[in-house]
Amino acid sequence: MKDRKKKNYNLIVGGTITGMTLLFVLIGMFYTPYDPNVMDASAKFAGISAKHLMGCDNFGRDILSRVMKGAGTTLGVAAGTVLIGTFFGVIVGAVTGYFGGILDEILMRINDAVFAFPSILLALVFISLLGSGTYQVVIALGIAFIPSFARIVRSEFIKYKNMDYIKNARLQGAGHLRIMFVHILPNTFTVLLSAIMIGFNNAVLAEAGMSFLGIGVQPPQASLGRMLSEAQSYLMRAPFYAIFPGVTIVLMVLGFSLLGDALKREE
Amino acid sequence: MMMPEKEEILTVNAVNVFYKDSRKGILKKNNQVHILKDISFSMKEGEILGLVGESGSGKSTLAKAILGLIPYEGEIKQSSSFPQMVFQDPYGSLNPAKKIGWSLEEPLKLRGGMDAPQRKQRVQQMLEMVGLDEKFAERYPNQLSGGQRQRICIAVALMQEPKLLIADEPVSALDVTIQAQILELFEKIHREMGLSILFISHDLRVVYQMCDRVMIMKDGQIVESGLVEEVYFHHQSNYTERLLKAAGIETN
Repeated sequence: MKDRKKKNYNLIVGGTITGMTLLFVLIGMFYTPYDPNVMDASAKFAGISAKHLMGCDNFGRDILSRVMKGAGTTLGVAAGTVLIGTFFGVIVGAVTGYFGGILDEILMRINDAVFAFPSILLALVFISLLGSGTYQVVIALGIAFIPSFARIVRSEFIKYKNMDYIKNARLQGAGHLRIMFVHILPNTFTVLLSAIMIGFNNAVLAEAGMSFLGIGVQPPQASLGRMLSEAQSYLMRAPFYAIFPGVTIVLMVLGFSLLGDALKREE
Repeated sequence: MMMPEKEEILTVNAVNVFYKDSRKGILKKNNQVHILKDISFSMKEGEILGLVGESGSGKSTLAKAILGLIPYEGEIKQSSSFPQMVFQDPYGSLNPAKKIGWSLEEPLKLRGGMDAPQRKQRVQQMLEMVGLDEKFAERYPNQLSGGQRQRICIAVALMQEPKLLIADEPVSALDVTIQAQILELFEKIHREMGLSILFISHDLRVVYQMCDRVMIMKDGQIVESGLVEEVYFHHQSNYTERLLKAAGIETN
């Protein structure tokens, strides 16, 4: 009973935080109090007021509007990254786990090689090849995220491929593709879901980190990492400039962590 | 019991199966374990053939060879299309991610030639056949007991209307009262569908109750075969006698 209470607690808190973040981003897509890119010299470093709820930055742009847009950018990049990582990770993991043999050997060694580098470093390399920009960041991070998903899916496929019901499917004449993606894949969903949650958090942090380094999303487009990076020069003069984007990142990651944890326990 | 003109449904001729020894030595080459040694037998249509032997005697390997799941040397001829199998462990033979209805429908989808309403109807007929309510189609395997699962497994195996069913220790994982029910079900489908069943078991009592003919297997060879009464009461091999004694069956 006690265990059940704890589980619900994670689910409620995580769900609430994530829900609020998503709502915040969703509103930001259609409405922001000010144009996030319009500069207003008279409002430079304006403090927190009824007019500017989170104050203004060094160009006099409304921080609330920029956080709303920026959170959307960060979330979009993270979602794209996880999508690419999951899609190709599932394919690689399924093929290697199911068939095994020499193909498995080759693909998994490549996988290990990619896995050996920190994903940010790898993304840096890709960025230097592809040039910087939002789409390039998504592709670079996505590729860097493939190995972790591939490993998880592979081990699941190895676990399930020798089950009796898979033998049965083979006896009934099911082809390899059907067995892989119709019979085995649904069994991996619970594990995959928590991997996606963790991956999502890592992607949010990676995007913020890359933008912070100035190689991610390009100005004037807002992203949470980009804002933090700009804010660090004015940390003493306008601490709220750093605090609001930072807190948004923390809430985003916290929400997904708790939700992922809750879903894992639900299993 | 059997009419002699019945067609042979399965002919196994001098089948050998080798497994590679997993503990490969550097100096040893081609390290193979001889699992099945020159197995030959045939099965007639509508017959229940028992296959008895202790664990490791190669019973399951023979089943896998017949099903084409492992490579073998020799000849296996079947008069009908794909045989189906009922496995020992009812907990591992249903996909836990899928509803029972899906598992039952899948063999029909794979075979083709039926539209969705026809398939649904067939699933319901089959559930009735194995003695389960049609609302079982909406449940997941983990909501079912071992006996219920084994009934579903039998239904799944029968979906494609095979001529030959291989049952590998189908009741060994069940408790005694459920065992009797499942054996009754096997007898029923044998009666109603004219199915040939290769019944693999280590339980001599179950085999006596179920089978027309029996083969005794030891170390990859068939040591004795014949009608159940003959083998049980006029056995030629010492090994058969040992097995019967161990099972507590009075042979004289």
